[in-house]
Order: sequence, then structure tokens, then C-alpha cells
Amino acid sequence: MDPQAQGPRAIDIYVDILLLVLLVAAALVVVTLRNLLAAALVLGIYSLIMAALWVVLDAVDVAFTEAAVGAGVTTVFMLLAIAATGRHEKIAHRRPWLPILASLAVGGLMIFGTLDLPAFGDPQAPAQQHVAPHYLEQGEAETGVPNIVTAVLASYRGFDTLGEVTVIFTAGIGVLLMLGVASRRRRAGESDDDDTGDRS
Amino acid sequence: MMALAAVAALVATVFLALIRAYLGPTVYDRVVAVNAIGTMTVLLIAAVGFLMGRPEFLDIALVYALINFIGTIAVLRYIKRRRARDAEEAESAEGAEGAP
Repeated sequence: MDPQAQGPRAIDIYVDILLLVLLVAAALVVVTLRNLLAAALVLGIYSLIMAALWVVLDAVDVAFTEAAVGAGVTTVFMLLAIAATGRHEKIAHRRPWLPILASLAVGGLMIFGTLDLPAFGDPQAPAQQHVAPHYLEQGEAETGVPNIVTAVLASYRGFDTLGEVTVIFTAGIGVLLMLGVASRRRRAGESDDDDTGDRS
Repeated sequence: MMALAAVAALVATVFLALIRAYLGPTVYDRVVAVNAIGTMTVLLIAAVGFLMGRPEFLDIALVYALINFIGTIAVLRYIKRRRARDAEEAESAEGAEGAP
């Protein structure tokens, strides 16, 4: 099995499989850990492996987002949430059969849905036939942006991106207002940190 | 073949660090495991970039190294603050056990 003979795609596939196995292992570790602080840390590991997978799949911008948001910001949010609540998961004594069945059914449906998808990287797939050839051929001339993903996001779908940014900005203002109000109330009360749902 | 062996070795190291993160009795074991996996990711991206003839992946690897560092610092700061708070509580509660 000489990868040189099979070209770079063969290496890609080996690396993909190795990373996917690691991803599943990390996910299983997160589910089985009872210590929530450790679970949050392993969730960061999951995001890092996912980001490496995105890089191998050549989606570098998605990988950046995954590493910054998934491994960075989300871990910090999780830690803040754990600090506000508790460190250990409560052990459920009864088996939640209905939720297990529902998630298995939805997962099975999704796998069933992927059976109809065109093969990975198939040049004849509808997604590659629609506007993508135009973007790839004319993108640099029309927008002057060398990276085609950036060109599509910031120029061809500029209004779409503007809408997304507006939504995220509004959500950020909302969260900041809520957090600001909460901390000001705590400071005014001069009490200890029982700060949940106490509206006096 | 050599390059594939390098990638396989990196992935095996990530797996070992993952086991440490799962078992690791103290929080610090886990923090070190996360940091090591971050470093492996950086190396993996660099190695894959070399394999696929994309040297610009090295820049991405550098940014990952920065994010990894900041993340580790954030987690350790949180742990430090919680330790201080736990110690305070233990002092006031007289004999309540500290964090493991």
C-alpha cells in the first residue's frame, strides 16, 4: 500500500478515518464523564479534532471558526455555567428509553437520507453544476478577492452575511444587557453568589 | 510512507492524551492533556499541509497555537479563582473538604 502510487487522495482518506475515529472516541469520553469540568475540557478536545478534520477537508475558514468558537469561547462559557451551577452530574436512576429511541430513530433517518446524496466530491453533483462554476471562473475578476470562499461570503452573499451579522450583534447586545443588569444588581445587593432567578 | 507514519504517530499521541483526559485524576492532568492535544493538532495541520503541498497551512497552525495557549490560560484562571473561593468556603464552614 504505497500512498505515492495512489496519489494524495489516499493519504487524505487515511487521515480522515483516523481523525473520525478520534472524534468518536472524544465524543464517547464526553458522554461517559460524570465530572462536568472534565467533560467541558474534553469537549474542547473534540472541537480541536474537528478543526483538524476541517483543515484536512480543505475548509480552512470553517476550521478557524471551529477552533475559536468551539474550542475557545464555548469552553469558557461552559466553565462559567459550571461555576454558576455545580460540578457533578446528577446520576439518573431510570433509563430514559423514549429519548434514546427518538435520537436513534432521528439518527437512523439522517443516515438513510445520506444514501441518496451524490458521492463526496462528485463533479456531476447538482451543487457543483449550479452557480459554483461561475463563481470559480469569474469570481476573482468580478470581486477582486483571491479566496473564493471569502468572495462568496462577503461579496456574492453580502446582504445575507450582513443579515447574519445583524442577528449576532443584536443577540450580543441582549446578552450583554442581561449580564450587566445581573452583575449590577449583585453589586448593589452586596450578597454572596446565589444569583439565580431571584427577582426581588 | 514516511509522512503517513508521521501522521499516524501524531494521531496515536492524540489518542494517548485522550485516555489521560478520561482517566486523569486531577484537573491538571486533564488541562495538560487538552494542551497536548492542541499541540498535536498544530503539528498535524503542519504535517498535513506538508503532505498536501500546501505550505500556507503553517500560518493556520500558528493561529491554532495562539488559540490553544489562550484557551489553556482561560481554563487555568477559572480553576485558580474557584480554588480561592473553595478555600474561603472551607475556612468559613470549618472542615468542609476542599476540591480534589
